[in-house]
This record gives sequence, structure tokens and C-alpha cells, in this order.
Amino acid sequence: MSLTRSRTPKDDAQRRGIAPEDKKKLTKAERKQMRRGSWLDAFSRQNLADTILTGYLPIFVALIVIVLPLAWMVSSSFKPPTEIVTLNPTLLPQDPTLDNFGNVVDRVPLLTMFGNSIYVTVVGSSIKVLLAVTTAYALVFIKVPGRNFIFLGILVALMVPPEVSMLPNYLTITGLGGRDTLWGIILPGLGTAFGTFLLRQHFMALPKEMFEAAELDGAGHFRKLFQIAAPVSIPAIATVGLVTVVNEWNSFLWPLVITGSAEKMTLPVGLNLLQSVETQAGSYGILMAGAVIVIAPMLIIFAALQKYIVAGLTQGSVK
Amino acid sequence: MSSAVQTEQERTRVRAHRRRQSKNWSLFLLFAGPNILLILAFIYYPLFSNMYYSTLDWRLGSSSATQIGLENYAAFFTSDSGLEVWRVTAIFTAGAVLGSMILGLLIALVLNKKIPGKTAARTAVFSPYVLSGVGVAMVWNFIFDPTRGGLSHILGFFGVSSPEWYLNEDWSLFMVIIVYVWKNLGYCAVVFLAGLQSIPKDLIEAATIDRAGPIRRFVSVTLPLLTPTVFFLLVTNILFSMTNAFDILRTMTPTGHGTNTIIFEIYLQSFGAYQRAGYSAAIAVVLFFTLFFITAVQLRFVERKVHYS
Repeated sequence: MSLTRSRTPKDDAQRRGIAPEDKKKLTKAERKQMRRGSWLDAFSRQNLADTILTGYLPIFVALIVIVLPLAWMVSSSFKPPTEIVTLNPTLLPQDPTLDNFGNVVDRVPLLTMFGNSIYVTVVGSSIKVLLAVTTAYALVFIKVPGRNFIFLGILVALMVPPEVSMLPNYLTITGLGGRDTLWGIILPGLGTAFGTFLLRQHFMALPKEMFEAAELDGAGHFRKLFQIAAPVSIPAIATVGLVTVVNEWNSFLWPLVITGSAEKMTLPVGLNLLQSVETQAGSYGILMAGAVIVIAPMLIIFAALQKYIVAGLTQGSVK
Repeated sequence: MSSAVQTEQERTRVRAHRRRQSKNWSLFLLFAGPNILLILAFIYYPLFSNMYYSTLDWRLGSSSATQIGLENYAAFFTSDSGLEVWRVTAIFTAGAVLGSMILGLLIALVLNKKIPGKTAARTAVFSPYVLSGVGVAMVWNFIFDPTRGGLSHILGFFGVSSPEWYLNEDWSLFMVIIVYVWKNLGYCAVVFLAGLQSIPKDLIEAATIDRAGPIRRFVSVTLPLLTPTVFFLLVTNILFSMTNAFDILRTMTPTGHGTNTIIFEIYLQSFGAYQRAGYSAAIAVVLFFTLFFITAVQLRFVERKVHYS
């Protein structure tokens, strides 16, 4: 752990012609000086043109393409209909209003849908993470014959997309009386292959000595899981949890299929309903207000915890 | 005499082993059982029941169904509408994968430079990947609107009139590819960036000393060392684009308008106007085996990659 973490500053030091042995003696102030050095480097007279032309210009173009649609969404959600249908739109609303958000609440039971989404996300993710932790632990530490075969079965499940199981699950849940209920939305997605896979990899890398000491003290599997394996794996569990939260919040196909009444819909399904009733050009402001409500929570969570989310979503690419 | 003692000892050992084994099993089932049960009920059972449904001529909600053997499969592989699904899926997948990989690589090359502020840029570029596909598609619906949308204003500024994104099927397909690429390219950029950063700096420096220009350096040094990343992204992107695009397709073209990719068709056939559950199940089975095949190919490449590095 500490080895990989020290790699970047060490390389940095080497690139700057500082011998690695000297690195240890660097004080905080000196390291700050070095970081400043990279700023000066990038903006020095011979590098300035290069930095701007091949660095900032393309980044700027990329950011415009990524950020502009989202900025347009936020700005339009505060515009009155006259500013939406105008042929000379402005980037910022001239006469900002909250009417669009009020209109969303008038058209669909927005607060109920928001509550449904939070309920489905929190309950679904909590159960999924708990199941992933216990399953991964069992696969790594409880020795039973054929457990690798069971793991293989879970791996295959990882690649079955929800579209494939949609129709049979619809019939199963309808048969159980779960149509148009919140538990009907949650239940079929609870089996977790992704979290199990990721945490299994993580548990396998834990040092065995940690558990041997606990075994000498007579600790059983419950204590080993909840007092050793889980506490030292908080970052990995957080990664699984956050990726699960993002997926549950954004989930669309299954809630769309299994819900019928607006009171049981999650936000993405509810907004889909909103879009089908708001078809006039002037109502784009209302639709953008709806989009803000479904997009903003994930944007905030992502901005705060992007390190874990990016690590979880790009799993498998970096060893 | 001694042999009797030995067998007695052995028997105790075997009994202790069995007791431990069954205790392990009950613990294992306590820890992993619920998850395994859920996976069996909601992933494996559907896989096999789909195979049964796929042999039926059956409307969703109807109580009667006729056995028709493999006719649903035959229809999907030979009828005009079935072949159209394959054509749309191929174009969508190719456009989505190539678009997000090429743009992702370009962004990664820029972000790989030593310039201040690149971490914030990386976060911003990745962000669309975690946003609701429905929300994103609603925003782009507004942008693509031929008379009021932001894009029509920009095109109008250059004296070009907006294409009929929603009326012309080819433009509709192009439109959903653009939105998918926009949402997905940050993922490719971040994975490419990780690949670029794993390339040893001294190799690039050696090429610079040999007076290789930036393009030569990229083609002869960077790109070959990046092949494992390219393979990884190629396969994951093909799998993702075949399974993750439903929310965009459904929100931008609710009934499918030149945009019936295979996942969208599964939904439209059983829950759209036709309610052809048996036919939909047959397509789901075909999709599963297609994905299985792609994953198997990937596993071969991953193995080769390990030997390569």
C-alpha cells in the first residue's frame, strides 16, 4: 500500500534530477516548492505556447462539449416559457423563476417519486452491499468443496444484462403480487455479482497473519468478518456501495416494466411519464427542471466522492 | 491389535473432518446462501425459462400459447424486421464504440501532459458517465429540437438548417449515438489515461533523443504499449453499448425509430405494442449467447496480454 503510494513523488523527484535518497529529507515546504516548479515549468517562456495550444485549448473544447449541455439544462430550468421558445436564447435566464419546478410538482407526484427513489436506492444498496460482503467472505475464508465452482457461477451471472431476465422476472414478481410495489422494484436486483466479485479480489489480498492471530484467540467467522475483514476493507466496501448507489438511482428498465401508477414510480420512470404528457415547445423548461432533479443528486455525490466511484467503475482495467 | 487402534483413530479423524465440513457448509450457506438464492431465482432461472418461452407463440397476458419450435429464432434471423435489428445494432455498436474510444484517447493524451488543473478536468469529463440516462436524454432532446434546440441555434448561426433528427430514421440513429458517446467517452478517457501512465517514461525519452517526432513517438512507442488497454476497452465497450443504452434509446425515441437495437427490441416486442412475449424471449436468448461469445473472446485476449507483459 505505502509502496504504491510513494511511487509518484519518487518518480517526480527522479524526473527533476533529485536522487531518490534525498526525497526522504524533503520537508513539506520543499515539496510545495516542487509542485510550484511544475506550474513554472508549464508556464515558462519556451513551454507556454505548447501548454496552451496542445494542453488547455483541447481541454477547453472538451469541457465545453461536456459541461455546456448540463449548464444549458440548469439555466433552462429557471427560464419562463417565453425565454424557452424565443429564437434568440441567452445562456443565463433574464427573468429567473422557480415556476418550472412548481409545474413538475403539479404534473406528477414529484415528492413521492423522489421518496421512492431514495427508498429504493438506500434499501436496495444496503442489502446488496451486506450480501456482497458476506458472500465474498464465504468464498475466500470458509473452505467448502466446490466453492470455486460457485464463484464461477457468480461470474457468469455478472454478464447477464437485465434485459435478458426482464420478461421471466416480470412474470415471477407479478405472480408474487409485487407488481406496482416498491419491494417488487427492489427484489430482483438484490443478487449481487459485481460487488461479490470486487470484494472477493480484495479479501484475497488481505494478509493471512491478520486472521491467524484472531484464530488463536478463538475468534469465529462472524468476529473475523465484522471485526477484521470488514473494518480494514472500508475503502473497497465504500467503492462497491457508491457504484451500487449510482446504479440503483439511475436504474430505469426494471422500474419502468414493473410499475404502473405514478405513486410507485421512481424518478427516472416518473420523468419519462412527465415527458410523454409535456409535448409543447414551451414546456422544455418543465422537462429541464425534472432533469435537474434526477441528475443533480448524483452530480453532487460524484463531485464529493469521485475517487471511489471512478475506481469502482473502471475496475478490471488497472491492475 | 495395533491395526484396530489405528482404524479407531482414523474413524475419529474422519468423523471430526465430516463434522467440521458440515459446520463449514452451514456457515457458508448462512453467509453466501441468500445471495446465491437470489442469483439463481432472478438471473439463472430467467435464462432457462426464456429458452422455454422462446419456443412459444404467446402474447403477454394471454393464458394460451402454442408450441412452435424454433420458428421465433428463424423469424429473428430471416425476417426483414429481424435483419433490421441486426443492422441497427451493428451501426449503433460500431459508432458508439469507435466514437467514444477515439475521442476518449484524444482526451487522455491531452490529460497525460504535465499541466496544472488536469485532475479537475478529468473529473468533469468522467461525470456524464454516472448520470441518469433518462435525465441526460431529456436534456439532449431539448438540444436536438429542430426549431427551439440549442443545436439548431448554433447551426443557424452558420447558416445551416437543423437536420430532421426525429423524422428521419438515419438521423435518429446518428443522434442517439452522439448522446451515447457523450455519456461514455469519459470512461474511455480515464481508462486510456491509466494505460498511458503505466508506460515507462524512459522509453518515450529514448525515442525523443533519437529525434522521433510526436506522431512517430505515438505510433511506434505509445500505441504498441497501449494495445492491452485498447483490447480491454474494445471488448467492454462492445458489451456496454449492447446492454447499457436502453434509457437513452427509450427516452429519445420512445417507440423505436430506426433505433431498435437488440436490447430495445426485446423490450418493444414484449412490453411495446405487440406483446409478442415468445419472440422477445427468443431475442433475449440470442443476446445472451452473443455476449457469452464476446466475453469468451475477451478471456483469450486477457490471457495473451498476461504473457505479453
